[in-house]
Amino acid sequence: MFLSDTDIEAILLTLRLAAVTTVILFFVGTPIAWWLSRTRSRWKGPVGAVVAMPLVLPPSVLGFYLLVTLGPNGPVGQLTQALGIGLLPFTFWGLVVGSVFYSLPFMVQPVQNAFEAVGERPLEAAATLRASPLDSFFTVALPLALPGFITAGILSFAHTVGEFGVVLMIGGNIPGVTRVASVQIYDYVEALEYGDAHRLAAVLLTFSFLVLLALYSWRPNPKKI
Amino acid sequence: MKPIRSLCLALTCAGTAVAASAEEAQVAVAANFTAPMKEIIAGFEQQTGHEVRASYGSTGKLYAQIKNGAPFHALLAADQQRPQLLEDEGVAVPGSRFTYAIGTLVLWSADPDFVDSEGEVLKRGAFEKLSLANPKLAPYGEASIQTLEALGLKEAIEPKLVMGENIAQAYQFVHTGNAKVGFVALSQVMTGGKITKGSGWIVPGDMHAPIRQDAVILESGKDNAAINDLFAYLQSDKAHEIIHAFGYETE
Repeated sequence: MFLSDTDIEAILLTLRLAAVTTVILFFVGTPIAWWLSRTRSRWKGPVGAVVAMPLVLPPSVLGFYLLVTLGPNGPVGQLTQALGIGLLPFTFWGLVVGSVFYSLPFMVQPVQNAFEAVGERPLEAAATLRASPLDSFFTVALPLALPGFITAGILSFAHTVGEFGVVLMIGGNIPGVTRVASVQIYDYVEALEYGDAHRLAAVLLTFSFLVLLALYSWRPNPKKI
Repeated sequence: MKPIRSLCLALTCAGTAVAASAEEAQVAVAANFTAPMKEIIAGFEQQTGHEVRASYGSTGKLYAQIKNGAPFHALLAADQQRPQLLEDEGVAVPGSRFTYAIGTLVLWSADPDFVDSEGEVLKRGAFEKLSLANPKLAPYGEASIQTLEALGLKEAIEPKLVMGENIAQAYQFVHTGNAKVGFVALSQVMTGGKITKGSGWIVPGDMHAPIRQDAVILESGKDNAAINDLFAYLQSDKAHEIIHAFGYETE
């Protein structure tokens, strides 16, 4: 077999993590993107900056803060313990929380751009036809911004697949739970098992290329919006 | 303009004066040895006038970098395997290899009342996570597993294990409390010759294979005076004093 069982386990875990993260990001990112695209509040700048932070912060910093915040002495850790969930680090859901933060800008920014491109006029037109704001959001804004959502979904998924630093910091390298493909490759390299590293790396490389190829080949015509 | 020019001249002269007697060396150092190495380098530079630039990282990464042309003159590894390998592959100078430090393993918790002086806490198992360095990658991790095996607790504790990529990360997991207890290097929790924070049990040396850390001179550093002096210095009483203060033993 080309890949070992542990490699396949790591790949499946990675795909599961990326899929769950992307779905959650659709729900978390859309309201933020909508608000950012519509608001004239003075908080727009700060909120936009916070959302974009994972783009510039080293994942090791993000991972370390997550480890401390989610830990037994951190505010979130105390909350999860009080709620009976226990501690999040070293669990699959801990990785999901980390990934949602890490990939947030990849969801919010394309969706925000798409909402901004929709502009006020279609929504005003809907309002004159007595559509409620909620109604016009779902029947006008969302369909018009669909290309942005597709881009955002693909980027968030792919970015989570490529995640390494955050997982390394809060994962604890547990097979089948937190040992994702990137960590598995890192272990191979560290253990000087370069052949195994190459095989798994080739899979990731091919995957990333195909995803980006699909994204860049598929060009929605902005004039249609 | 004039004072600047004379300053430049003075600096150039000073530079050449030092360069005549002193050389510069670039060494790759295993991350667990970061703290003692910084002190050793400070003392060494002061005594000899040589200049040492150190890069700290995991031994596996440093090895890969050396194999791919990284400009290091020597490697201070976390194990014996990689220096040996470099020697076998003709990258390191034969006969330059020696054990510069022997690591001590400690079972440690950030909670000052958690680990008893006999390590009974392992048998009670009243913890959710035990962190250790990845045994596949780090000698400290390997020694941790050997210790659990010696105690007959490996199967019982295995589901609770979380692994750091190296001993620094294993420490981080315990230090932040995310793992209640973990196997770390004594050098990480010791200052001034004793454990000053949390609680720890120094694992008896007969429970695991010794954690021997070897250093080796690379071919590129063969004729570098600074490297040869540094290797002599590492074996001096002065360096040993520093190494011991950080919880390592020497031969």
